[in-house]
Amino acid sequence: MTGKRALYLTGVAVICAWVLVPLWLLAANALGGQPVISAWPKPLIPSAFSFETMLEFLAIEGVFRAMLIGFEVALLCTFFSVLLGLPAGYALARYSFRGANAFRLMVLLTRAFPVGILALPLTVGFIRLGLYDTPLGIALMHTALALPFAVLVSASLFQAIPRELEEAAWVFGCSPLQAALRVVMPLALPGVSAVAIFAFVISWNEVFAASVLSARNRTLTAYLLAMLSESPLTYQFAGALLLIVPSVLFIYLVRKRLFAMWGIASR
Amino acid sequence: MKRRSLPYLLIAPAVIFLVVLFFIPLVQTIALAFETKSGLGIGNFARMADDLNFHDSLVNTFRFVGLAVPLQLAAAMGMAMMLRHLGRGRDLVLWIWTIPLGLSDLAAGLVWLALLNDRGYLASLLYALGVVSEPQSWLTYETPIALFVAVVIAEFWRATAIVVVILVAGLQLVPKEFGEAASVFGASPWRIFTRVTLPLMKPSIQSALILRTVLAFEAFAVVIAIGGRNFPVLVSEAYTWQNFNQEPSVAAAYAVVVMVLSLAATVLWLKLLRTPEEQRA
Repeated sequence: MTGKRALYLTGVAVICAWVLVPLWLLAANALGGQPVISAWPKPLIPSAFSFETMLEFLAIEGVFRAMLIGFEVALLCTFFSVLLGLPAGYALARYSFRGANAFRLMVLLTRAFPVGILALPLTVGFIRLGLYDTPLGIALMHTALALPFAVLVSASLFQAIPRELEEAAWVFGCSPLQAALRVVMPLALPGVSAVAIFAFVISWNEVFAASVLSARNRTLTAYLLAMLSESPLTYQFAGALLLIVPSVLFIYLVRKRLFAMWGIASR
Repeated sequence: MKRRSLPYLLIAPAVIFLVVLFFIPLVQTIALAFETKSGLGIGNFARMADDLNFHDSLVNTFRFVGLAVPLQLAAAMGMAMMLRHLGRGRDLVLWIWTIPLGLSDLAAGLVWLALLNDRGYLASLLYALGVVSEPQSWLTYETPIALFVAVVIAEFWRATAIVVVILVAGLQLVPKEFGEAASVFGASPWRIFTRVTLPLMKPSIQSALILRTVLAFEAFAVVIAIGGRNFPVLVSEAYTWQNFNQEPSVAAAYAVVVMVLSLAATVLWLKLLRTPEEQRA
């Protein structure tokens, strides 16, 4: 190995450490509890690990519930994004129709705006409709964030599936709907699941709209943000770990498709 | 006839959804911001501008976006180029490098709070090196520069990953032969990078910059997690006016400012990094 190659590999390792060490230290703080947090100076390799603090945190009134609400909101957002995004993506991929470009532009336009902030004027309307402070209301707002992504990525997914397969199914007597569901969907499924997971993560992580549109039924992010100023560091770190674990798992699941997806969505 | 209407039926739900939950709230936000007790006017903007925190939050937002986004682009570019030379283990490295992609800015803020709080790991490290002798509190209003640096580091740590993904995806579209040809003609690696690779990556650099700038203008939980209210930015002020001061119209005025800035940044990147049709890779 030449010196240059060694230097290069060291660089790669340093960047890996730059990502992982802060996560590791947060986990050490979250799991170590008060003794670790108030230790001075801190040992770089934490001495104690226990799930006590974590359980203590989960037992606080509202924490577990906020986590469940966060999950519920994210699942609803995933459901809406896929339900609305797939047909639209399919239309963009398979048909050339007047207004297709206008629709594409409309979807892209949402990216020039900080969509989460648009939750501000929605509070009044949501109160009137009974959507304020409900998981459904927050999920609808989050879908506005995730839907453009779902449309663009699923459009390119369907584009990659040969039209001939579908036509063959028609010849064998499938209706267009049957062909789409039985022939195209199974092929598109891995990509669709990646879209779904991404919608989930977008919603799970969103803070602003969730905070503005809820008061009692807060998602985990909104709950953590609201209690930041009055809770001890132990609980703040425990909460952060709780937020991070599902996201990291989900990103692990889509890691293979990440580049294809973003290559498309950012073109 | 039925076949012709089919694509419209397929996009209709998404269109209706975006109209109801994107375009209408957009108009409503603007309306709310200009609505005062005495009819339409700029009263809410005047109240916003008179607030003590407005000036700070505007300056902080610009500093934050202005430092974090270029840093992210530069680092991500370096990381994307490094990945090109990686053989075995590339998948693992890629996964590790993109982990922060899945984190919220709130979580990232808390991660860095754990490292940088007064008894945190940085203070401990400096103690071990003999630089400091006691716990350091540097995330308060008395230490604005340290606080600013901490916030930028947290955002840099978290959001560089998404830029890496976009750039790597873009780099895959750049044919290796171009670089090889340049190297046959004796171009140095640096020259190949600046004259061949970089121009061909313009479209992905552009979309990365648009995405990151808009999202950086929107970041606020990271700021609150690390600095509380000591480092106000525009969106954290909008949040405060909405949730604590119960003044949605002033919050909307802040939102309009953020929207105008995001839109201006998008237009700027579109103009600055325009790729003529015939040059697209």
